[in-house]
Amino acid sequence: MDLDSQTSEPVIEVTDLKTIFHTQDGTVYAVNGLSFQLQPGELLGVVGESGCGKSVTMMSLLRLLPMPPAEIVSGTVQFEGKDLLQIDDDELRKIRGGRIGFIFQDPMTSLNPVFTIGFQIMEPLREHLGLDKSAARDKAVELLELVGIPSARERLRDFPHQFSGGMRQRVVIAIALACDPKLLIADEPTTALDVTVQAQILEIVRELRQKLGMAIVWITHDLGVVAGIADRVAVMYGGFIVEYAHVSALFENPQHPYTIALLETLPGTNADGEHRLLSISGQAPNLINKPNSCPFAPRCKFAFDKCREQNPQLEMRGDDHKVSCWFDVEKNEARA
Amino acid sequence: MADTAQMNDQKSDPNVLVRVDNLHMHFPIYKGIFRRQVGAVKAVDGLTFDIRRGETLGLVGESGCGKSTAGRAILRLYDPTSGHVHINGKDIAELSRTELRKIRPQMQMIFQDPQASLNPRMTVGSIVSEPLDEHGIVSGKEKKARVGELLDAVGLNPSFVNRYPHEFSGGQRQRIGIARALALNPEFIVCDEPIAALDVSIQAQVVNLLEDLQSKLGLTYLFISHDLSMVRHIADRVAVMYLGKIMELTSVENLFKTPKHPYTKALLSAVPVPDPKIEAKRERIILEGDVPNPANPPKGCVFSTRCPIAETKCFEDAPKWRDLGKDQYVACHLAG
Repeated sequence: MDLDSQTSEPVIEVTDLKTIFHTQDGTVYAVNGLSFQLQPGELLGVVGESGCGKSVTMMSLLRLLPMPPAEIVSGTVQFEGKDLLQIDDDELRKIRGGRIGFIFQDPMTSLNPVFTIGFQIMEPLREHLGLDKSAARDKAVELLELVGIPSARERLRDFPHQFSGGMRQRVVIAIALACDPKLLIADEPTTALDVTVQAQILEIVRELRQKLGMAIVWITHDLGVVAGIADRVAVMYGGFIVEYAHVSALFENPQHPYTIALLETLPGTNADGEHRLLSISGQAPNLINKPNSCPFAPRCKFAFDKCREQNPQLEMRGDDHKVSCWFDVEKNEARA
Repeated sequence: MADTAQMNDQKSDPNVLVRVDNLHMHFPIYKGIFRRQVGAVKAVDGLTFDIRRGETLGLVGESGCGKSTAGRAILRLYDPTSGHVHINGKDIAELSRTELRKIRPQMQMIFQDPQASLNPRMTVGSIVSEPLDEHGIVSGKEKKARVGELLDAVGLNPSFVNRYPHEFSGGQRQRIGIARALALNPEFIVCDEPIAALDVSIQAQVVNLLEDLQSKLGLTYLFISHDLSMVRHIADRVAVMYLGKIMELTSVENLFKTPKHPYTKALLSAVPVPDPKIEAKRERIILEGDVPNPANPPKGCVFSTRCPIAETKCFEDAPKWRDLGKDQYVACHLAG
C-alpha cells in the first residue's frame, strides 16, 4: 500500500513545512521541511524526544505560534481545499476549534480558571455552530457524557479547579470534539496523567474514533502509547521526520538508526530485566545550526562521511515505509 | 508483621538496613479564624516494610498516593506523625536535631527535577562540595580532589567544576545531583523519581549510572517511581502504594508474573507495552473513577471504591497485611 497513491482524499496534506525562530543567539531551525498527510479516520502517532519539533510542527499548522519570534518560512497546509498558511485570520479562526480540534498537554493551563466548564464547552458550540444557549447546553451535556463524566448536567456549573487531572483532560477532549472536527490534534494529551487515568483516556479515544471517524494526530514521547493506538507513526528528530511507517512495520522492522536506538533504550517489559539498558550516547542536537547534515550523525553508530556533509531525504524504502538515512541498516552498507 | 517478637528479630537481622514500622505522616488542615484543626490529609497512613542491605526497593503508585511523602518522612525531611524508622538500628524518627545531623551522611536523596534541586547561582564544584563543608570532612586540596573524583564517578568531566547548572543538559544536571548525594559516602539513598523529568534516551544513561554505583559502592536504594517498566528493570522488590497504604509488597518477579492485589493487576494492565502485537490483544482492567481524597479516605479497604471485585466486608473492614508465601505480602481480603 503506497501512501502517496491512495485513492481517498487526504484530510490534511502538509508539504515542505519549515518553521524557524529568531532568537538573540541566532536562528533556531525547529521544523525543517516536513511533509505528511492523513487519510480520513487515520491516527498518526508522532514520537520524538523533547525539542525535536513535534509540538512546533502542529502549532505551525494552525499558526498558533507567536510571530515573531517564530516564522513559517515555507510550506503549504492543505485542509478542505484551502491553504491554512495563506488564509486570513477570520477564516482561520473559524477552522480552529471548529473543523480542527486541539488538545493540549496540560489540562490545567488549557482551561480558563475563571469560567465554568459549561461556558467553556458551550463557547465553541455557539461560535462555530451558531447554537442558542439551551441547545448548546444540551449538546455540552451530551459531550461530557460522551467522555465519561458522571452527572454531567450538574457539573456544567463547576470550575476547572473542582475537577481532578483526568477529569479536566476529559473536559478538554470534550471541547476539542464539540464541533465534530474532521481532524483532531492531540499534543501529549496523557503525559501529565497517571497510567490508570491514561488507560481510561485511551479507551475513550478508541471508542470515539470508531463512533466519529475523525483523523487524529497524536503527539507523544511514549512508544507504548503509540503501539497501542496509532495506525502510522512518524518518528521525529532535530526538526525532521526520520522515519514514517505503519505501526507494526516500525516496531518490527525499524530502519532508521535513531528509531532502532530509541526502541533499544526501552527496558524490556517482557525480558527478565537483568540486562543492562542500552542508551544513546551524546546529547540532543542544538537546532541553532543550519541543518546541512544529518542531525543524528553525531550520535549515530553507523555514521560515515556523507552523513556529516549532506542531509538525507525522507525516501520510500519498501512498502509504505519512509526513511531518511544514508545507511541501509538491513544490508549493513551505505545506500547507493 | 507488627508482631513484637518478629520486630525484635528483624532489628537484629544484619541484612536489614532500613526498617520502617507503622509510619504515619498526616498533614493537618486548619480552618476558620481560629485556625482550628478540622482534619488531616493522611498522606502516609501506616507503612511497615524493610529495606535489605544492598537491594533496590521500588516504591510505585499514582500521583498523590504518598510515595514521595513516604520517601521524605523516611529520611526525616518531614517529622513523621507517628511510627519508627530504623536505619542501621537507630530510630531516625526519635533522634534530636544534633544526633540526626551526625547520621545524615549515611542517608541521602536524589530529587526528581534537577532543574529545581540545584542552586542556579552555585558552581558545580560548590554544589558538590557543600555537603563536605557542612560536615567538615575534608578541606583544601583533599576536598578539590574528592570533588573531581565524584564528578568522574558520575561520568562528568572534572574540569566542569567552575560551570553553573544552566550550562548542562537535563541528564547531566541529574548527574550533578547524584554526585552531591554521593559526596558523604552514604549507605542509603532515596531516589525520588530521578528519571521522570528526562527524555527516554537519557533515562537509560542515568539508570545505568545508578546501577553501576550500586554495585561499586554497595548502595541501598529506595527507588520511587511511577514508571513500572523502569522499576521492573532496576528494583529487586517492589511496594505498590495506594492512598497512603501499601497494597502489595513482593519481589519483582512475583509482582509482574503473579500480581495478587486487584489494584496491582489494574496498574500493570494500564501500562502501555511498546509492541503493537501485544497491545492489540491485551485485556485491560480499566478502573472507574478517581483516587479518593486522602483527607477523607473510604471506610474499610481504601481501594474498595474502585475495586472491581470488592465485596461487602471490603467496605467495612480494613484488610490486614497477609503473607501469601514466597516473599509476597498483600493487603486484601480476597487476594490469594
